[in-house]
Amino acid sequence: MAEWVTLREAIATHVHDGDTVALEGFTHLIPFAAGHELIRQRRRNLSLVRMTPDLIYDQLIGAGCAAKLTFSWGGNPGVGSLHRFRDAVENSWPRPIELDERSHSDLANAYVAGASNLPFAVLRGYAGSDYPRVNDKIRSIICPFTGEVLAATPAVRPDVTVIHAQKADWHGNVLLWGILGVQKEAVLAAKRAIVTVEERVRSLDAPPNACILPNWVVTAVCEAPRGATPSYAHGYYERDNIFYRAWDRISRERGCFDGWVDQHILQTEDFAGYLRLQDESGVQAGSR
Amino acid sequence: MNLACSADEMMTVAAARMLRDGAVCFVGIGLPSTAANLARLTHAPNAVLVYESGPIGAKPTVLPLSIGDGTLAETAETVVSTPEIFRYWLQGGRIDVGFLGAAQLDRFANLNTTVIGPYEKPKVRLPGAGGASEISSSAKEVLIIVKQTPRTFVEKLDFITSVGFLNGGDSRQRAGLSGNGPTAVISDLCILRPNPQSHELEVTSIHPGVSRETIIASTGWTICFAETCHETPAPDATELETLRDLKKRTAAAHGIHGEAA
Repeated sequence: MAEWVTLREAIATHVHDGDTVALEGFTHLIPFAAGHELIRQRRRNLSLVRMTPDLIYDQLIGAGCAAKLTFSWGGNPGVGSLHRFRDAVENSWPRPIELDERSHSDLANAYVAGASNLPFAVLRGYAGSDYPRVNDKIRSIICPFTGEVLAATPAVRPDVTVIHAQKADWHGNVLLWGILGVQKEAVLAAKRAIVTVEERVRSLDAPPNACILPNWVVTAVCEAPRGATPSYAHGYYERDNIFYRAWDRISRERGCFDGWVDQHILQTEDFAGYLRLQDESGVQAGSR
Repeated sequence: MNLACSADEMMTVAAARMLRDGAVCFVGIGLPSTAANLARLTHAPNAVLVYESGPIGAKPTVLPLSIGDGTLAETAETVVSTPEIFRYWLQGGRIDVGFLGAAQLDRFANLNTTVIGPYEKPKVRLPGAGGASEISSSAKEVLIIVKQTPRTFVEKLDFITSVGFLNGGDSRQRAGLSGNGPTAVISDLCILRPNPQSHELEVTSIHPGVSRETIIASTGWTICFAETCHETPAPDATELETLRDLKKRTAAAHGIHGEAA
């Protein structure tokens, strides 16, 4: 049953060193507040899972939190490279990172398999591609009915999934809308689920068929206004495209990145403190 | 209006023309998204644009910076989850055209977006497959838009992320891929199409002002020209004006001075 707690408590209680952790959100509703809190509490040896690592995993990888990454597209959308991700893969900095690389279709199916309590996903994919050659988890299976050869890959079963949503009611029932990505599947595939929300409301007032996660599939729910920024929350605020472009400069050199993490994450008390600092500095990008 | 166009504009316009009205198109971000939206705003108002983040029938007024910008959801006929988009809509066989970009491609239109150099110790780590590998296998046809240089048009790929015609001939079919594969590659110099038998790409149309020597020098393999190789019609006033307006709106919306991505 979902418990309303602070984000600091949720991360301290439910995410441990060495855990397999999925922070999901497909461009939209990326749980940045929670990602920062993992860095602030100096979690280590995490096996991170996420379709699109985005800036959030660039930060976690560069800060030394990750031992392994399961992913399907690692870039800064519309901008270019994720420099911290690249530095880890190309130069093992700040530490070596093990890759479990898949395609979007595969990982989406693997979350569905996890949510469905199945051991593996089946899809029509990878025929002729080099991925099965470099990832021994990508295998094949023969359809018992037609003889067709299909790709089979292990289900994703995180110890913890973290997502951000627009609203939760006082009982901890969660509502999200807009681009939903794989958040529902990622929550249902996980042993524990932490949800940060824009606001706590008396009633969700949602129509039938709305994407609602009942409180009994959520472990902890936390208020985190603007908790998805620089990603966006549909109906609340827009994507901070200026920050996404500024990140290219902040993250390119190790020293600059380390300084940014120290000042903006390690030296701030919480995400509200980070946001205050961002607002004061006019978002690094202002100087561009 | 200045009808003299840049090589990039020629590429985008030539790519947009390939998308027929009413086609259901799975759109990659960047150049493919620009071309697909230009098509929708000109000759193909009924094209259905599908983005991997879930929007189906998106009609953005400005180009999205990311594959999941809010404008895609707001202007779509419906927004479905990411598993659904790949399972029901792409793998389900409902996509007519996959529109892709690439970092590298070879003579059989296989694409690499994964690594430059060896996989285990890459010289350059690229983003990876995203949706492209299953788009290239499952869409009924694939259009590829990419700038032509010896570094992108290579003799041998470092990694096959998305399959075109594999080793040529009927090797794609034998590998069991359901879609028909690439039907055209649109570059900033020319249009290439696969030879019907060998499936090797050959130049079928050359953009105005581009020489055969430039195309040869910009290709990492010995490139073939089709017997009937004509000149690509230059962009007309409507095409250019629509493209420039779209880019201007986009730049203003994203707070970019000058040309948008």
